[in-house]
Amino acid sequence: MTTRKSPYPYWFVLPAAVIFIVLFMVPTFASLWFSLTRWDLVNAEFIGVENYRQFFREPFLIQGLVNTIIYAVLTSGTKTVLGLLLAVLLTSGIWAQGFLRTVVFFPVLVSTIGVGITSSVLMHPTRGLINVALAGLGIHGPGWLTDPALALYSIVLVDLWKGIGLATVIYIAGLASISPDYYEAARIDGATRRQMFFRVTVPLVKPATITVVTLSLIGGLRSFDLIWAMTRGGPGFSSDVLASVIYKQYQAGFYGLSTAGNVILFILIGLIVLPLTAWFNRKEVDL
Amino acid sequence: MTRRQLYTGVTALAASAVIFILPFLFIFITAAKTKQDAARLTFTLPAEWRLWDNLMEVVEARNYMLLLAYFNSTVITVASVALLVLFGAMVGYVLQRRSSAWNKLIYACVLAGLMIPPAVVPTIWVLQSLGLFKTISGMILIQIAYGLAFSILLFRSFIATIPRDLDEAAIIDGAKPLQIFFRVILPLLKPVTVTVIVVQSIAIFNDFTNPLYYLPGRENVTVQLTLYNFQSQFQTQFNLLFMNILLVTIPPLIVFIFFNRQIVAGMTAGAVKG
Repeated sequence: MTTRKSPYPYWFVLPAAVIFIVLFMVPTFASLWFSLTRWDLVNAEFIGVENYRQFFREPFLIQGLVNTIIYAVLTSGTKTVLGLLLAVLLTSGIWAQGFLRTVVFFPVLVSTIGVGITSSVLMHPTRGLINVALAGLGIHGPGWLTDPALALYSIVLVDLWKGIGLATVIYIAGLASISPDYYEAARIDGATRRQMFFRVTVPLVKPATITVVTLSLIGGLRSFDLIWAMTRGGPGFSSDVLASVIYKQYQAGFYGLSTAGNVILFILIGLIVLPLTAWFNRKEVDL
Repeated sequence: MTRRQLYTGVTALAASAVIFILPFLFIFITAAKTKQDAARLTFTLPAEWRLWDNLMEVVEARNYMLLLAYFNSTVITVASVALLVLFGAMVGYVLQRRSSAWNKLIYACVLAGLMIPPAVVPTIWVLQSLGLFKTISGMILIQIAYGLAFSILLFRSFIATIPRDLDEAAIIDGAKPLQIFFRVILPLLKPVTVTVIVVQSIAIFNDFTNPLYYLPGRENVTVQLTLYNFQSQFQTQFNLLFMNILLVTIPPLIVFIFFNRQIVAGMTAGAVKG
């Protein structure tokens, strides 16, 4: 018996596989080894877990780790809640709805570096538009990016400004897939608007919530360009995150340490995102 | 429309004007000011409109670096998106049409590609040993490697809507696998192809981090990097810095005007069915 050749040959996968394996998988696996070495791109000297030890000994490196988690949780949490509320608002048939959707979404497509530079100018402590406007209202505006206690949170605000549109359109797509029958039934049962939101909308829009939470968490944990454009991780190390630490160590020529930072980052993403997706997928919608 | 919907709309419009439109106006008017005027950072109309002069000055700066950057970014974007479409569609096609143990492995790779942040220094090491570090072709291959997972997913779910009868009819007519793919399947993938092209072009054109790591060097400058380089050079020339920002913002704006629907479709894929 001769086996007929499949019309869907596996060599179709080959070009993609070669590029992906060579430029993505190989570096990923190699990072596990190089993070255990002192490395100058030519010679790698095995030093055990010394890089990791150093990572967890240096206060500014630990702060980078903590900041990464704060940044990701704050941006992701806010995008989820605010994104859903905005989506509900922008599907409720209000005036100029289509235009508003466009306006909210456009920053998603704009250069992050451009946004970062613009907002750091707007956040200038004395002459920036934000503080000038606050002064007009009789409020003494803070040093958004110059106050070490505030810098990270100011960047979070800008990240929300830029990214909320994506969460909103994802939720709008999710809301559109909910059958109006559910709302009709709820209305007949005498449900209030509030009850409809929490008992119908929130459970039924779950696939969108999963997408928003996962995307924004991964994005938040990996975030680099906005932070780099706005503060370079400063003042001091107050707004450093793992991705900016990795870049700084790379610039300084500590390739082993930089790679250890990379490994820590993907372990962190795995530890946060994998259990979350497993939990999301197990929990059934109960209506 | 009820009165309530009208009032809510007007309020939302006013809020969005302040929050979302004002910053773009600020970029525009600062880009049109003189150096001294722009340095005050005020939100006032330019005392003297210098849009054209500022434009010429930014373009000519550093020996026409911005033009070179546009050229490089265009080459990288066009080449990597073209190959992403081709390779992504081929994988999505086989993945959807065949079922075997290999599929599990491919899915695992796709998931890894979506989640795992690239290990930067080891990637530089690989690029260097292949002679691709600091080269445009290296950058193109990197963008393909990083964009594949997303493209494969989009193509796979679209191909699921194309009936197999079409493939089978072609097989009976004696078509070879390549012919089936290029003559029958690929032309039917137009809607999702447009989505992939638009979404990936914007992502690659706006990419800052990867060129920063893998494509250093003056002659390799990309559009986003000009902004970063000018940030220190134009510290006292906010008019030129903002003109640069304006120029970098325009291409996505144009794409957005024409492909709004496809962009939203691509970015919300997966939101409806988990």
